[in-house]
Amino acid sequence: MERLTAVVQRAPGRWMLAEVTHITQETPQVKSFRMRVPMWMPHLPGQHYDVRLTAPDGYQAQRSYSIASSPLDEGEIELTIDRLADGEVSPYFHDVVREGDQVEVRGPFTSYFVWRGEQPVLLIGGGSGVVPLMAMLRHRRLTMPELPMRLVYSVRTGEDVIYADELGDDALLTFTREPPQGWSGHTGRIDRSLIEAAGIDPGSAIAFACGSNGFVESASRLMLDAGTDAGRIRTERFGPTG
Amino acid sequence: MSDFISRAFTGRRRVPEDLAARLPPGQYYEQGFPVLTAGPTPDVETSDWSFRIDGMVAQEAELSWKEFNLLESEEIPCDIHCVTKWSKLGTSFRGVSVDTLLELAEPMGAYAMVHSYGGYTTNLSIEDLTDGKAWVVTQHEGEPLPREHGGPARLLVPHLYFWKSAKWVMGMRVMDHDEPGFWEANGYHNRGDPWKEERYWSD
Repeated sequence: MERLTAVVQRAPGRWMLAEVTHITQETPQVKSFRMRVPMWMPHLPGQHYDVRLTAPDGYQAQRSYSIASSPLDEGEIELTIDRLADGEVSPYFHDVVREGDQVEVRGPFTSYFVWRGEQPVLLIGGGSGVVPLMAMLRHRRLTMPELPMRLVYSVRTGEDVIYADELGDDALLTFTREPPQGWSGHTGRIDRSLIEAAGIDPGSAIAFACGSNGFVESASRLMLDAGTDAGRIRTERFGPTG
Repeated sequence: MSDFISRAFTGRRRVPEDLAARLPPGQYYEQGFPVLTAGPTPDVETSDWSFRIDGMVAQEAELSWKEFNLLESEEIPCDIHCVTKWSKLGTSFRGVSVDTLLELAEPMGAYAMVHSYGGYTTNLSIEDLTDGKAWVVTQHEGEPLPREHGGPARLLVPHLYFWKSAKWVMGMRVMDHDEPGFWEANGYHNRGDPWKEERYWSD
């Protein structure tokens, strides 16, 4: 019997203990948590994990968080978490969790808001809605850097840009409140000219829009008006994920 | 697995004591009404709206908005539970019981695929749709159902996770076999009982 090779359990959905290996402060309100996942399986860019916290008296709280990393980062995932002041799970991650801690997670889950290599791609993110889009952008950079994919990213101020150091020519930013000093690019809410400036043909594009409900509504309206078929506009709207 | 304790986590229970027993496992108390929709929000005018029951039925039925509103409606106080973990407790809708609608068609199969404007689908057993467990609703807390919440009409099946309560509902097809709907084909559980925490395929 001992000569039989152990079968690795690869069932998404079993709770397991991940170890936080690295924490990045992305913005004053946003941190990324890189974790080593024991029963890791490759995810599709756009999928999420569930996390579960347990108190000594057995009380539990669960939330879902999008994966920000590429599935080529074997054995690991990165979850980027926005701190919601009146939340329960996100303040725990921000204020308590440190490198070396263990966190209960399970995933990856659901296969609608996922990128499977279709092209050309327009990603439209508002605030922390950029997180699942970043998994797509990172994966494309690693696998198919020539594939036409552009990120349109709307943030409030210069200090709210998540993954700021990683955004290059494939990202087009707009600042809705206060652009950084010397900014000569787009300001204000996403609009038709910004979508056009992305240089992705809306007639053949697949669009992924993620953010608040209002943001996603206007993003999908802009894409519909530009000629993208409703079936090629995939959306993910935040519920509150405190 | 659950002998694991999260270091220094005590929890911030936000649910009032008297409501705690109404919160299924893994859910949290939400006082707002978040919007979650896959794809753009369809625009459905009541003048274009109809509700159709077809498939394995004794007779197909189709109701216009006007005809639908002549049916007896009722107020439905309920708790709703979204698979993304929030629950809204003590809300209410107004609509027509699916029992009333199915009487018009007389289903002969045990399953149904519910269809929505915009292409969304969800599958339910006839058992989960009948006996006062499901409605087609047109009002939320005394107001016409807002478009972002599925107006003019949505299905309401409060005993299952809320993705089963299809927004912008346009009809149901009765079938002799079960088939996965939109989310059921994309990773969520085929039935979705929140009290058994049936969230994903593997649950």
